[in-house]
Amino acid sequence: MKRILLVCMLFVSTLLSSCGDNRVHSQAVYMLVDTSGTYAQEMGKAAKIINYLLATLNPGDSLAVAKVETRSFTEKDIVAKVTFDKRPSQATIQKRAFKSKIEEFSKEIKGSAFTDITGGLIQGAEYLNETKAGNRTIVIFSDMQEELGKGTVRDFPIKLDGIRIVALNVTKLNTDNADPRIYLDRLARWEERVRKAGATDWVMVNDLENNMESILSTR
Amino acid sequence: MMDWHSWLFWPDRVALSVLTLGILVMLFLYAARKPMHGVIHSVCHLVTQSARFLSRWLFMTAESLRLRNLSVLMSHGQESATTLIEREFERVVAIINKDLQEFPVLQRKLLEEVTRIEEDYHKCGEVPPPPPEWVDAIESVAQIKSGGDIPRKMLEDINKSILKIHEKTVAEYRRSYEDRHKILKGMQPSWRSVDKLMGEMDKKMLTLEGNAKQIDGHIAKYEGMRAGDKKTEHALTSSAFVQLAISSLVMVIAMGGAFINYKLIALPMSEMVGASDYITNNLKTSDVAALVIILMEASMGLFLLESLRITSLFPKIASMDDRMRHRLMIASLVFLIILAGIESSLALMRDMLIADKASLMRDLASAAPVVEDGWFTRIPMAGQMIMGFVLPFALAFVAIPLEGVVHSLRTVLGVLLVQTLRGLGFVIRFTGVLFKRFAKVLELIYDLPIVIPLLIEQWVVALRGSPTAKVKVKEGSAS
Repeated sequence: MKRILLVCMLFVSTLLSSCGDNRVHSQAVYMLVDTSGTYAQEMGKAAKIINYLLATLNPGDSLAVAKVETRSFTEKDIVAKVTFDKRPSQATIQKRAFKSKIEEFSKEIKGSAFTDITGGLIQGAEYLNETKAGNRTIVIFSDMQEELGKGTVRDFPIKLDGIRIVALNVTKLNTDNADPRIYLDRLARWEERVRKAGATDWVMVNDLENNMESILSTR
Repeated sequence: MMDWHSWLFWPDRVALSVLTLGILVMLFLYAARKPMHGVIHSVCHLVTQSARFLSRWLFMTAESLRLRNLSVLMSHGQESATTLIEREFERVVAIINKDLQEFPVLQRKLLEEVTRIEEDYHKCGEVPPPPPEWVDAIESVAQIKSGGDIPRKMLEDINKSILKIHEKTVAEYRRSYEDRHKILKGMQPSWRSVDKLMGEMDKKMLTLEGNAKQIDGHIAKYEGMRAGDKKTEHALTSSAFVQLAISSLVMVIAMGGAFINYKLIALPMSEMVGASDYITNNLKTSDVAALVIILMEASMGLFLLESLRITSLFPKIASMDDRMRHRLMIASLVFLIILAGIESSLALMRDMLIADKASLMRDLASAAPVVEDGWFTRIPMAGQMIMGFVLPFALAFVAIPLEGVVHSLRTVLGVLLVQTLRGLGFVIRFTGVLFKRFAKVLELIYDLPIVIPLLIEQWVVALRGSPTAKVKVKEGSAS
């Protein structure tokens, strides 16, 4: 009887503890929110996207939200970051806390003079690589118009190996309206740059009402 | 691709070339006729012989398999019949121990009642009235010839006395009858008691008789199995098919229950083992853990029924001594109750997790919180908890159809295998027979293109005349 019990317990514990490589299934998202100039007014939409991400991400996944400022290659620009607990109940508590952090941030938002998207991308790639998640995504909530301040050097090749880049709500500027080629060239340049950097995919989503599910890759 | 012109001797004269080629081919085929017939015959013979050998082997294998199946079927049937007979005997023993043990008491009671009835019967016997002594006195008075009025007076006095005595006697007689009737009335309960006791005895005897008849039926079946007759074999095989169908149906229902059980605990299990742990690419650890819990419940149910001797899948458990078996039964039951308790609490946790997630979703969507509508909103939660507790016990009974499937599947598969082997043997045998006839057909087909040289050969042979035929003709004419 004891032997049977021992074998049963060993079997169950082996089954329960012997897990595969869980990192392959986990997802990590780094969201860059443009706070420069007039784009800071779009924070309401950004909050909706963050809520969507919070609703969609599962226990064990990671999420970080950072602002794009004059120089964005710094941890200080990360507004909130979390790796959700494996237990669903704890993950729900963490999601609530994350949401309240974002709400606080959206109240205190200040527009920056310049827009350092590249710095944000490098910072995001660093964070995502640290999570060792199977699916890594950088979400850029911006008009993709990079404006660098004096002394900010970003014209060098960056590394985005295995990362998916999603550009959200890429609004058209006044100049774009005058000459749409500027807008198209800007997007083409970004796509070329991220693909050259090793990104697995480049996705652009402007219809946030109906195409939100394109933000995350299907597992 | 090869150009057909390369086959022509003279490409500019196609007809001549084809004719020459045809003649050459014909000559070659005619020359190779005997060896080719030999080859065709040999190949067909080889195929026929091989097919015959193979089919014979298949039939023999099928027969040996049938015998093996029969022996297993009979042994299993005998085992079942033995169990049934044992159960019937146990029932008979129980009846004898329980009911017939009371028979001496019953008999004593009956004898007492009978004695009482007898005594009462004797008591109520008719007492004859006293002899009329006054008749002699009247006769004596009547013989007095003289005396005047004296005899008349005496007779009148006697008459008066007689009337008095008569009235008294009649009254006494009536009283005596009244007493007897009372005694008879008092006998009524005793008769009823006797009747009841006899009825009870009769009923018990009838039950015993029924059991005896059932034992007789089982013994007859058992004898049939021991004799190994076709009727019993057929009955047992049909029974195995029916058993498999019923057991499979019950198993499918049980699987449905297990699936619902699985759905009930898969989500809350992620709270225990983590929601993001995977065993393989698509297999979550929490799902496997839920499955393991269900399988453990089924196993505990199996052990419980085994130790209760309802099923007999594990001979080791069946052969355990009663004390050990009893311990195993209690242990299985305790484990089952614990697992049912765990499942019930997991069902509660599932409800809580779902409610928590729904609340978060409302928060994220900035929707208004749902107002609690009272106690009936908790009915699903209570239902889930009850289901979580009850389903493991229901799942425990899956051991019974499982045993049915295990036992009947062997017979059914054996029968199907025998039929398949026989069918295969028949097809191969038929192919062999076809090839036997096919040799002649192939020879005729071969002779078809060389029909002209064959006709020439026949003509030449006829022209020359066979020397043997000539000799025979000569011998015939000489005789």
